[in-house]
Amino acid sequence: MGDPKQYWKENVGLVVKLLSIWFIVSFGMGILFIDYLNEFQFFGFPFGFWMAQQGSIYVFVALIFFYVVKMNVLDKKFGVQENDDDISVNSVKKDKR
Amino acid sequence: MDIQTLTYVFVSISFALYIGIAIWARAGTTDDFYVAGHQVHPLANGMATAADWMSAASFISMAGLISFMGSDGAMYLMGWTGGYVLLALLLAPYLRKFGQFTVPDFVGERYYSNTARTVAIICALFVSFTYVAGQMRGVGIVFSRFLEVDITLGVLIGMAIVFFYAVLGGMKGITYTQVAQYCVLIFAFMVPAIFISILMTGNPIPQLGFGSELIADQGVYLLDKLDGLSTELGFGKYTSGNKSTFDMICIVAALMVGTAGLPHVIVRFFTVPKVRDARLSAGYALILIAILYTTAPAVASFARLNLINTVSEANYSATPEWFKNWEAIDLIAWRDKNNDGKIQYVAGDAFKGKPIFTSGNGPSGERLLLNVDGGSVNELYIDQDIMVLANPEIAQLPNWVVALVVAGGLAAALSTAAGLLLVISTSIAHDLFKKMLLPSITDKQELLFARIAVGVAVLIAGYFGINPPGFVAQVVAFAFGLAASTFFPVIFMGIFYKRMNKEGAIAGMISGLVFTASYIIYFKFIDPSANNENHWWFGVSPEGSGTLGMTLNFMVAFTVSSLTAAPPKNVQDLVERIRVPRG
Repeated sequence: MGDPKQYWKENVGLVVKLLSIWFIVSFGMGILFIDYLNEFQFFGFPFGFWMAQQGSIYVFVALIFFYVVKMNVLDKKFGVQENDDDISVNSVKKDKR
Repeated sequence: MDIQTLTYVFVSISFALYIGIAIWARAGTTDDFYVAGHQVHPLANGMATAADWMSAASFISMAGLISFMGSDGAMYLMGWTGGYVLLALLLAPYLRKFGQFTVPDFVGERYYSNTARTVAIICALFVSFTYVAGQMRGVGIVFSRFLEVDITLGVLIGMAIVFFYAVLGGMKGITYTQVAQYCVLIFAFMVPAIFISILMTGNPIPQLGFGSELIADQGVYLLDKLDGLSTELGFGKYTSGNKSTFDMICIVAALMVGTAGLPHVIVRFFTVPKVRDARLSAGYALILIAILYTTAPAVASFARLNLINTVSEANYSATPEWFKNWEAIDLIAWRDKNNDGKIQYVAGDAFKGKPIFTSGNGPSGERLLLNVDGGSVNELYIDQDIMVLANPEIAQLPNWVVALVVAGGLAAALSTAAGLLLVISTSIAHDLFKKMLLPSITDKQELLFARIAVGVAVLIAGYFGINPPGFVAQVVAFAFGLAASTFFPVIFMGIFYKRMNKEGAIAGMISGLVFTASYIIYFKFIDPSANNENHWWFGVSPEGSGTLGMTLNFMVAFTVSSLTAAPPKNVQDLVERIRVPRG
């Protein structure tokens, strides 16, 4: 098992990066700069309107799946992934019983 | 077959399905009852989470709200989906690793304090009861409009169904019924959307359809047409917003953070076998939710355009049947101000407040109203909630589509109600009795307590459904505001800030709770006339006050915890342990 401190650091680093994108597409493009972006036509949509009502949601989905894949890699790298026979044995509750 | 017969058929089939699943998935232990034995497949949990989350509000009301708000409606779309990113990245995996049954459990253990647990129980109960009353009301409205039964009888039927599968199956029964309910509701939402998209734009994918050219108006984009008509009638452009930027940010943030902090959503992530399943199932949940949430704005613009085309300058006597049906149950009202027999639909209130009908009829056959005129020549009142239910009729889709939408609306309301009732029952049986008042009860007794608690909760929810407190709509802001200003910060700091101690957490939760509750109560109940931008703090509406409450919570918690002793060693070890998936 790798160093838990380093694992946590890399985990938090990934989360910060992904949440920055989350912030930019929703609060940034969907709210703060919506009027500016609306001056660009994106198919039949004003672009800012499309980001707020469609685009941001697609990005949210992509962010979570990217996180899932990255975290599984990170878990393996530090040897902290769960084994298949660990089902529900790993919970704190069971430890105590 | 006529709409009513078809509706009975569809609703009966879906109810029979839910009951069948409940009998198949009975719960034997408290593990089964609270968290489905931690054995739910991530995809199944994703579907169940999606159904749990998408309530009567998402299914019935949201597209209608967006339809009338235009661009600003994006607050619901981003707010109610963006929360899942927070949930997946910041809370779900760690709470699953922690591995107990409820949110108050986590708060109580992490902050080694029964006071913290009690505050959490109160918040969980308040949020859940607020929410569940709205669901039962939704069931009642759907029944009364489409099955022509009394609202009371409708609520009673809904209660009986939920009672049956929640008491029998607990979380296990609820999970698998929610999987079925997800399928019903998404099918019911998509079919009319696809139909209308084809009819209006020729594009079968609604998400693309509302950015396409109109069939009826070659070469004109749907949204351009809608912008033009809206502006002409004085509503302003559909694709640009009216709300102030800062208020919009606060509302979206409160909805996102509130979503991530809602106990009935969080508890779903306790049901999967592993930490990595919790991450994955949050992804599945959002993708399944996104199907509806990206379709809703399309439905909103289709409905808006269809509505304007159908009613504007139309003769009342020539309006389609749906118009009179909704008028008959008070959700549409028309006052012929200039006595021309035609409907003038422009910006502004037709009259003050909700319609109050007299028994008489006007010259065109419309129902007469007692209300005082609003300051506009607008003659039409439309309740925003009817848009999704009326949409298939407005677009003249076949009867079976209308019936399907009814079954979908019921599925959405019942699935959310069941999830909330379970939170209520767990909070009482597990957090209150087992953990605090009667720690010596056995698993079997606790299970009995949990079942009784669900039963009682169903009765209370039903009572509120039949006699809705006038403030159901207002208190939804409450549920999100409270979740945002209490649960999210304490859970987040509990995981990411090891130094956070019980003094900080309790002080933070209480200040967030008191601030947000006072802000909403003041503007919604004590002095509603002051509920406008001039009186709001920093221009933030009560809907966005959860963001202020959350900020306050964080500030108070950090200050207090830095002035008091660090949490004990075993709690710090607990935090270390929940941060890694294995062990």
